[in-house]
Amino acid sequence: MLRINELCASVEEKPILRGITLELPAGEVHAIMGPNGSGKSTLGYVLAGNDGYEVTGGQVEFEGQDLLEMEPEERAAAGMFLAFQSPLELPGVNNANFLRTALNAIRRARGEDELDAPGFLRLARAESKRLSFPDDMLKRNVNVGFSGGEKKRNEVLQMAILRPKLAILDETDSGLDIDALRIVADGVNALRRPEFSALVITHHQRLLDHLVPDRVHVLSNGRIIRSGGPELARELEANGYSQVVADAA
Amino acid sequence: MNSEVLGGADAFLARFEGLRERLPGDVSARDAAAAMFKTTGLPTVRDEAWRYTSMRGLASASFEEPLTAVGSAPNLAPTLDAPRLVMIDGRYQPELSTPPEGVTLETFADNPVFNHKPDAKQPMVALNTMMADDGIRLHVAAGVDAGTIVLLSIGVDNHRPVAFHPRHRIEVEAGAKLTIVEVARGEGTYLHNAVHEIVVGKGATLAHVRLQEESAEAFHVQTGFAEIAEAGTYDAFVLTLGARLSRTEIHARLMGPNASVHLNGAQLLGGDQHGDITTVVAHDAPNCASRQTIKNVLSDRSRGVFQGRIEVARVAQKTDGYQMNQALLLSPGAEIDCKPQLEIYADDVKCSHGATVGELDADQLFFLRSRGIPLEQARSILVRAFLAEALDPIAHEGAREMLEAAVETWWSKRAS
Repeated sequence: MLRINELCASVEEKPILRGITLELPAGEVHAIMGPNGSGKSTLGYVLAGNDGYEVTGGQVEFEGQDLLEMEPEERAAAGMFLAFQSPLELPGVNNANFLRTALNAIRRARGEDELDAPGFLRLARAESKRLSFPDDMLKRNVNVGFSGGEKKRNEVLQMAILRPKLAILDETDSGLDIDALRIVADGVNALRRPEFSALVITHHQRLLDHLVPDRVHVLSNGRIIRSGGPELARELEANGYSQVVADAA
Repeated sequence: MNSEVLGGADAFLARFEGLRERLPGDVSARDAAAAMFKTTGLPTVRDEAWRYTSMRGLASASFEEPLTAVGSAPNLAPTLDAPRLVMIDGRYQPELSTPPEGVTLETFADNPVFNHKPDAKQPMVALNTMMADDGIRLHVAAGVDAGTIVLLSIGVDNHRPVAFHPRHRIEVEAGAKLTIVEVARGEGTYLHNAVHEIVVGKGATLAHVRLQEESAEAFHVQTGFAEIAEAGTYDAFVLTLGARLSRTEIHARLMGPNASVHLNGAQLLGGDQHGDITTVVAHDAPNCASRQTIKNVLSDRSRGVFQGRIEVARVAQKTDGYQMNQALLLSPGAEIDCKPQLEIYADDVKCSHGATVGELDADQLFFLRSRGIPLEQARSILVRAFLAEALDPIAHEGAREMLEAAVETWWSKRAS
């Protein structure tokens, strides 16, 4: 699904990622954990194609394609989805229109028929109901006046409607109470199938109780310093990052 | 004063001398306007009221009277499903019009009365007063809901520069209601220099939506004078898309308590276009509200201007005034000039004004693209979102949809 080889990236000439190598097979969920400033969010943005980050080395292959050559919208059409840590507000943009435009752009790029307004609304209502979102979230402007938790849930709704092959969740759990956390995890779990993978960027063990990863990678100072099974997340929770970082040094 | 510009003014004065005997109505008002225009000349940036906009471009050629070709087929492309009044080259065309019911319709040619006299700050109004030979006069009697009327102005290509100066008057009596949807379009080089006299009676409502999509070589000047009586509402919106140079200047006077005025608008400009929206709101009575939201989307080397003045008289306590001008610059060569002015003589008022200038937000663009939306479409979504605050309050659904479609067309032409 995703093969990252020695990926290096900078922000404003400052190196943040210093050679990341990671393989995410189809059907698996991997967690990226690490202290603040270790480069977790940068990894998510670079994979999604934010041009505020400069790739200075390495390769990324997504479903056999050279990911770094693709525009952000091409990555989305190929099945990539980044759930943002701080979802943006779009005043003046209706949530349902936004979602339909996105879904149809992706369908168009894949050579599929576009969905008309009634067809889309049926789909969107069914998905929001499944995620127990109030109906009016579709009618409001994108994230405007949403609470932190609602914004995160809106990301999960977008993911449920766009049905990506690879979901990158960037601290989707931060600022969520335990019920919202479960809803987010359920949203991701509902997408799990042999051809779906997820990269879960998180600080805490909490989300991983509901969304059990196949592998856990610890990121520190722009490199993966340790990888292991789900038990590694529990170890980090118990001992903190400093011990792992010190051991790797 | 620059001699080249005086040349432009002189050309108009010479044409006035030639036409003077044949123009309709009392010639003394025209003579007074001509004397004033002779002194002022065409407005330039040296005139305080025209600080950012010059009509110097009119001096480059002689703008003559239109000789509208018989059988010329103007573009009457549908606007709205409503009674329609058609002007071609500034003259009313009864055979192309479907006059409305519930209102009294006259033309200026039939009833050539000037109610508003120009002052020295208004050379283009003086020019209109000199030269006006037609226009629409609408009168809605007290208590009548006259629905919606479309006023379509078309400039046909005369294959030489022409000028027309329609003089319109719209009177909505006490408790009456009217929506006017104006569309101005055309082909070729022309000056469309309109004056609107507007009277909104006690408790009456006039909605006035204008779509300016004139020819790319046209000059468009519209000066409106609105008087709003107690508890009356004048709700105006202008969408500026066309003309190489345009100015929409509205003077709104709130004359009785609880009157209100909305002067909203948007300008979408590209190439070397220059668009000016100038407003003067006079609060002359207590408890009145004025609202102005102006949005500018400027690309290439275009230039947008907003001048907004709010005058609050000593008697106008509890005035509630709001003014916001926002610009989105899509190219490094685009420019916005903004001059807000508040002149407040009452002590218990709420008046606010603000201005913002920015580019499309890179993070918002990335967010949309990360959801699969291609770059140009993402830009279009953000531009329309920027305009929504001005367009959404337009109460007339058909008019709002017409403007949204015009924005859509403007964008797709620009992007191609």
